[in-house]
Amino acid sequence: MVSKMFRTRSIAAGIAVLALGLAACSSGDGGDAETAGGDGGSDGAISVGFSQVGAESGWRAANTKSIQDALTEDAGFKLSFSDAQQKQENQIQAIRSYIAQGVDYIAFSPVVESGWDSVLEEAKDAGIPVILTDRAVDSEDTSLYVTFIGSDFVEEGKRIGDWVSENLGTEPINVVELQGTTGSAPAIDRKTGFEDAIAGNDNISVIASETGNFTRAEGKTVMEGFLQAYPDIDVVYAHNDDMGLGAIEAIKAAGKVPGQDIKVVTIDGVKDGMTALAAGEISYIVECNPLLGPDLADIIKTLDEGGTVEPRIVTKDEAFDQAGAQAVLADRQY
Amino acid sequence: MSAVGAVTRHRLFWPVVALAVLLLACVLKSNTFLDIAVRDGHLYGGPIDILRRSSVLLLVALGMTLVIATRGIDLSVGAVMAIAGAVALSQIAASDDPGSLAVVLSAIGSAVLVCLLIGVFNGFLVAVVGIQPIIATLVIMTAGRGIAMLITGGQITTVTSAPYKTIATGYWLGLPVAALIAGFFFLVTALITRRTALGVLIESVGINPVASRLAGVRARTIIWTVYILCAFFACVAGFIRSSDIMAADANNAGLFIELDAILAVVIGGTSLAGGKFSLVGTLVGVLVITTLTFSVTILGIPANAVSLFKALVVILVCLLQSPVVRRRLRRRRTAPVGTAPAPVEVPA
Repeated sequence: MVSKMFRTRSIAAGIAVLALGLAACSSGDGGDAETAGGDGGSDGAISVGFSQVGAESGWRAANTKSIQDALTEDAGFKLSFSDAQQKQENQIQAIRSYIAQGVDYIAFSPVVESGWDSVLEEAKDAGIPVILTDRAVDSEDTSLYVTFIGSDFVEEGKRIGDWVSENLGTEPINVVELQGTTGSAPAIDRKTGFEDAIAGNDNISVIASETGNFTRAEGKTVMEGFLQAYPDIDVVYAHNDDMGLGAIEAIKAAGKVPGQDIKVVTIDGVKDGMTALAAGEISYIVECNPLLGPDLADIIKTLDEGGTVEPRIVTKDEAFDQAGAQAVLADRQY
Repeated sequence: MSAVGAVTRHRLFWPVVALAVLLLACVLKSNTFLDIAVRDGHLYGGPIDILRRSSVLLLVALGMTLVIATRGIDLSVGAVMAIAGAVALSQIAASDDPGSLAVVLSAIGSAVLVCLLIGVFNGFLVAVVGIQPIIATLVIMTAGRGIAMLITGGQITTVTSAPYKTIATGYWLGLPVAALIAGFFFLVTALITRRTALGVLIESVGINPVASRLAGVRARTIIWTVYILCAFFACVAGFIRSSDIMAADANNAGLFIELDAILAVVIGGTSLAGGKFSLVGTLVGVLVITTLTFSVTILGIPANAVSLFKALVVILVCLLQSPVVRRRLRRRRTAPVGTAPAPVEVPA
């Protein structure tokens, strides 16, 4: 009786483990799940393999949509798209499968900076040009990729710093900073750029800086702590909109008015952030443009016609104040 | 001596000390930390923030305590939170009148239904099919976030709805609604498990499922019940978390909260081997973890040292609690008089 029960149980457990294993495999193979044959540009279309980081934020969703909308069949492309679910091994696997399929171009947003050399070597040996979008890799050998297109995070932080320095730094102010995920390139660069920009202004002192992990909930929690610890905060600098929106909730809960008692400045310019900016709760946003699709399409067309492109292409990021946000909010895509 | 000894020997002595030390450190850094003021007609201050912040973890840890007491574990709580927020907020967002109480209540109702189904599923896998709890709940832990992503369409669903907002940021009688909700469920659970036989039955199942079944305890029903309860509490926690930011963030809502909840249960003195459980202990554990997170900001620990700081505090508390260390400490203090060894819980 007991042994029978045990057997049933272990079989069931075995099935569950198997199922999980299969699930893991199939998500790992996500790279080629959506490919449509991909025999390397028959019928004149340029075949492109794109490996996306994941779908972790509204920004990323807009980025994905932009790329899928730009690299259409009508425009002469054959796009194989894969979602790596924030895992480097999935991305490497996807890139390998693109190489095996013999696509014409590979583009991807590296989830982390390091560890790409060997797979990029394989692409190079196969003669497939690689284009990096949004995020960089730290390979010393720059011949491994053709170009890197994306925003300049340091510049974004610097522009926020300049605006704060010019508009608010005319009298002594206390700034608290909500950093992005510790160690991520945007968090490091946006902090550096801001620090550089305010270095010359003695009126501005950054009194606290903690990580809010790029999420609303943590931005709010950390801001609540700041409000308890520091009674005289004038400005909040958040590395992305979501953390800034969380901070606004915390400021309201403390009985203060965001935009008046405490000014909030952020980076990204997603729709929720722009809405808050139009309402005056956020004071200034430097955009980090996710709409890389059209630029990527241009680059591939240029390369395909035998042209050359710059090794580093910086996307145009705009900056908005309240009036600017009200003007563009209606036809904001993301 | 014996009175002092009894206090220091209590298994919650060190967690409470840790809590006091953390609060003291915060007060030293920010003198007004423990002040409670009335602002906009409600109480405001550090302790109130901690109470409000604790509510999410308390609810999750409450369910986790019951599950762990039956010798199980539920890793799916974070994903259940994400699903709860996704179901509720996408319904509110899709309605014509997001501010109406009826819409909010029906959204909450359907989210509770979905979460209860997940609880039934988890319980079924563990109690009926007999899969190891850690594997059984792993299914929803990984798949659940995917479900939540599907519901929200991969976006962060944001809504404006006054009644829903009340759940996390509202105040009733000057106290945060979130803390009142968590407190209510805590008291009800404590009453039901300690004033009826349910608590003893749960413990007996955890200590020896076979023996308790032979003694007439319906082990299967009890195990099934605790997983459903755990999913329900996680669901309520999901409402509070999503109401806090008025957005359903399928990726990040309740991420890694299962680990914090398990930690709170362990700090509270409930053994992972099942059996005896302490809800008050879990409450203390939750307060320690929440205060620890809060103190990071107050004390201004540099962002890249936060994980290390938390780990050190947790390891210290766990070490001071462990029977071996405590016996060593006591022996040193009370000379070699024959001290009775601490009662060791023997997992059957």
